[in-house]
Amino acid sequence: MTGQRLAPLVLMLAVAALAACKREIRSLRTDPAAADAMGQVAPMPNRINGAPPRVLAALDDAYEANAYQLSQGKRLYTWFNCKGCHADGGGAAGPALLDGWWQYGPDKVSVFLSIRDGRPHGMPAFGRYLTAEQIWQLTGYVRTIGAYSGKTAAPSRNDEMQSRPAESRAPAAASLTAPPSR
Amino acid sequence: MKRYEAPFVPAYAGPPRQSPVLALLRAACCWLGILIGPTVAQDRAPADEIATGNVGRLDRVFSYRIAQPGGYTGAPAVAGDTLFLQSPFPHTVYALGLARRDDPVRWRVTPDARRMASVLACCDVTTGGPVVAGDRVFVTTLDGEVLALDAATGQRAWATRPADAGRAEALTAAPFVADGRVFIGSSSDDFGVRGWVAALDAASGALLWKRYETGPDADVGIGADFKSAETGGQLGIRTWPPEGWQHGGGGLAGGFAYDAEMGVVLHGTGHPAPWNPEARPGDNRWTSGLFARDAATGMAKWFDPIAPHDLYALGAQGALLTAEMDWHGTPRRLLLHPDANGWVYVLDRASGEVLSAQPFAPGNAITGIDLAAGTPQRNPAMAVAPNAVTRDICPGWPGATGGGAPGAAAAAFLPATGLLYIPVSRLCMDFEPRDANFIAGTPFTGANLRLKPARGVSRGALVAWDVAAARPAWTVDERFPVMSGVLASSGGVVFYGTLDGLFKAVDARNGRLLWQYRTASGIVGQPIGFTLSNGRQAVAVVAGVGGVAGRVAQSDVDVRDATAAHGFANALRDLKQPGDRGGTLYVFALP
Repeated sequence: MTGQRLAPLVLMLAVAALAACKREIRSLRTDPAAADAMGQVAPMPNRINGAPPRVLAALDDAYEANAYQLSQGKRLYTWFNCKGCHADGGGAAGPALLDGWWQYGPDKVSVFLSIRDGRPHGMPAFGRYLTAEQIWQLTGYVRTIGAYSGKTAAPSRNDEMQSRPAESRAPAAASLTAPPSR
Repeated sequence: MKRYEAPFVPAYAGPPRQSPVLALLRAACCWLGILIGPTVAQDRAPADEIATGNVGRLDRVFSYRIAQPGGYTGAPAVAGDTLFLQSPFPHTVYALGLARRDDPVRWRVTPDARRMASVLACCDVTTGGPVVAGDRVFVTTLDGEVLALDAATGQRAWATRPADAGRAEALTAAPFVADGRVFIGSSSDDFGVRGWVAALDAASGALLWKRYETGPDADVGIGADFKSAETGGQLGIRTWPPEGWQHGGGGLAGGFAYDAEMGVVLHGTGHPAPWNPEARPGDNRWTSGLFARDAATGMAKWFDPIAPHDLYALGAQGALLTAEMDWHGTPRRLLLHPDANGWVYVLDRASGEVLSAQPFAPGNAITGIDLAAGTPQRNPAMAVAPNAVTRDICPGWPGATGGGAPGAAAAAFLPATGLLYIPVSRLCMDFEPRDANFIAGTPFTGANLRLKPARGVSRGALVAWDVAAARPAWTVDERFPVMSGVLASSGGVVFYGTLDGLFKAVDARNGRLLWQYRTASGIVGQPIGFTLSNGRQAVAVVAGVGGVAGRVAQSDVDVRDATAAHGFANALRDLKQPGDRGGTLYVFALP
């Protein structure tokens, strides 16, 4: 190949490698100051949504776009009995998380507040069982299975029975149908 | 998690209007000393005028729609010309005047609801249906309340809260009223709640007794009167890992049956918690079995272990019906129980002896029943192992009958034919037990579950079981699992409903379809028969799909996840959403 054709190819490969690096970086111990700051969500008066903590932006939105954090969220989803009410995203007693319909909106702070503080019609409050970082990991994972478009990062594959389209296939994009009945 | 409607409380206030010919025949036979057939304490006022010859002319005479979505399990109740209905949680109780066409609502009462209790509706927000006894209407609510309302005005006579929703206890079964007592049982086996049954005084609501289904003998009611071949006491503790009985489950299953003469109340116990059997080694007494208790004190008389160390979290779901019949020449007091494991048990309800057990649905998990002990012989190929998927276990959760809701899918027995009419679900499952963590107020299950149709048969059926011969007499195949209750009329007609909204009447002798009606939504409730104030016999049913299987038809379940709705999403992908997500009451009568 000529040098002219080779250079853009090398450039593309470098960019892809860097993006992949970022997706796969594992920070196994969060800086304690950052961990404290992660719980500082500023909710609106009606507590439906709110402003995210600024430290998330400083961490490069790690909980949405990092495969390690999403895998941790997937582990916590099983360990904290989310499957008992939400199944593997399809819903049962709790609403489906897979279909792109969000009772309190699709924003990450809404999902964070739902998990941390609970919701009036039966969602328990998990704030006393989980650290803020773990709740962000769960938030990232839940928003991945309910994503409208494909993301570059995905959690690792199932250790358990595979029962639904994989997270990386943007399940919600295919399913915006009739709204939920309640 | 299990609910129950009361088969013994008559759904009407007065005596049934009998045809003079039938009355004459009955009198003549008694005089001649001929046994006309077993007398049965069950039935919801069999509409015996509605017979095979005229059921084709049934007409809709009354209907009422409730906009609230949810599963309309349970049964309406009738007293005089008032029909009482309860909507799913958060409940509203309606009193409808059947004679009034415009504005039939006589009164309606919406008890204050603790909305957080919705989390406890493991199997959909449903209703047991109100129960009428005397001049009172008795209601249980999901968030743990029992109310007695005046039937004429809706005024609260008393209200008590025996189940604590803060500890994840829920009451999903209807109350059962007999002899001045209101019997109730807890649900929430899926939340690791220690199950219990209790009796309240019908006049005042005072707690008469409360017995648990796990733990020390004194809590369970095991005393000197208890008949058991097992030696050694405190089985409710010793058959569990240390302190496992504290979160053992075993709430009410299969509903209540009653023997007024012996003063005994019979009921089933639910499955143990968690679902993962490796987390609870031992026989897990006293879950997944049948109890007979003294109605006045709650002390246990006998216990039949339907599923010791329940592997599949089925519990002892399925209807409990009493019958007086000749059994191989001797008249006996029988208890008929089509169980979730796919076998029909016939027991002597005085002693608890299992007289026969035969399969009514396709199954491979159990190869036989040891009649002496009442225990199943399990197929080792269908054993479950932690973190491994065992495939094609039949019957699949929540079982071949019972629909996950005690009494909401009750069977019916017709003395004239000697047949037990069982609503059947013919599904199998892939089951994967995983570690379960107990976090109070969240589900304590620990299993991934995918349901699928059994090979070679339709997903549902109405099975007519010949009790004396211990084999099926005929079967009507249904496209979807039959999750409704069954009403059998002495006129020889059997009524039931389907998940896709057909209310059907079939011939009780051979299953031939005689009449059907397309309703606005699927039917998961119990049809009842009663007499209108103008003397005509009527049949009523509420159509409102929901419940453990029917909630797949609601749009907040995504069927692309095969484990959604407890695995029903995989088995019922073709169940369409109803046009109407609320509930509609239909009353049919002969013209």
